[in-house]
Amino acid sequence: MAELKLFRTWSSPFALRVVWALDLKGIQFDTIFEDLTNKSSSLLQYNPIYKKVPVLVHNGKPLAESLVILEYIDETWKQTPLLPEDPSERATARFWAKFGDDKVLPSVWNVFIKQGKDQEEAIVTAHENLRNLEGLISGKKFFSGETIGLVDLAFGWLANLLGVFEE
Amino acid sequence: MRPWIALNIKSVNYEFLEETFGSKSQLLLQSNPVHKKIPVLIHVDKPIPESLIIVQYIDELWSSSPSILASDPYDHAIERFWAAYTDEKWFPALRGLRVAQEDEERKALKGPVIEGIVLLEEAFGKCSKGKAFFGGDQIGLIDIAFGCCLGWLKVTEKLSRVKLLDEEKTPGLVKWAERFCADGAVKGVMPETEKLVEFSKVLLAKLSGAPTKK
Repeated sequence: MAELKLFRTWSSPFALRVVWALDLKGIQFDTIFEDLTNKSSSLLQYNPIYKKVPVLVHNGKPLAESLVILEYIDETWKQTPLLPEDPSERATARFWAKFGDDKVLPSVWNVFIKQGKDQEEAIVTAHENLRNLEGLISGKKFFSGETIGLVDLAFGWLANLLGVFEE
Repeated sequence: MRPWIALNIKSVNYEFLEETFGSKSQLLLQSNPVHKKIPVLIHVDKPIPESLIIVQYIDELWSSSPSILASDPYDHAIERFWAAYTDEKWFPALRGLRVAQEDEERKALKGPVIEGIVLLEEAFGKCSKGKAFFGGDQIGLIDIAFGCCLGWLKVTEKLSRVKLLDEEKTPGLVKWAERFCADGAVKGVMPETEKLVEFSKVLLAKLSGAPTKK
């Protein structure tokens, strides 16, 4: 049987994306929980450039960066596809997933960590970004339509972390 | 530049709409309302923004050879990883070095840029497997992603007086850069270094954060 290991932490939303993708496809894997204050030599060996989780190791071959990992999973295990077949719909899904990581997440994080006037400005930016998402999901069950797809996994952190940050 | 090269590789006909620096056309703002940036590919009225996403779209739609992305999922993932690294880590570091005005600042900023190039030299060795490009015999995603930064790399070497591609430290990339720039799909697309140097001086003079063409 193929060897599949996922290095993660309990709280990393990026690692959770990979867990959800593997679970959706019914794929078995081993989990290695990392302590980010004391990273294992395996993690540093498998992800020397970013030294972060998640890292997926498939038959000894490591992969880092959650969106890269999600596409790899989708190409390797074809059941329950995460991306649509049509190239322009795939491009749109990739665009929104990247928008989430490049803009939405940092803007929400800024609201969480900043104070005073900086926080007020951060709130305005976060709201603008979230309005884009509101337009995207309008009338649909999931961002990807009737079933969960790449964009839903990319934005999954909104479902629980926004509530945590708001509090 | 990246979508341009990809379309050339696939021998697809296209219409090129040049945007004027400092003012954005209605069509651009309509086609990319979220980021308001170039490049944007419009195919049968469907706009596709973000250069790497466009290149993948082109490769998937015109799937006849030559292929830009690898067929093996792991190799494909490695390509995406390095393309993303170039955009998210290395190119911003290069831009930071290029706009630095003081020598002390340049000294501090030079390190990460050179470290990145050394990493890319290693990646080149592994991905090319002794062949001409990151993609093997033909230009692939990493070639396009990193190759399109060569113009700005040369500008940075000139303006910041620092050697980035070096026959001793990065011999593979030095030869690769010559091959990339000489390739039929790239020649005619890559802007001349002198023109970019002048443009860079205009940008620095404005001290603006205007996005550069990718």
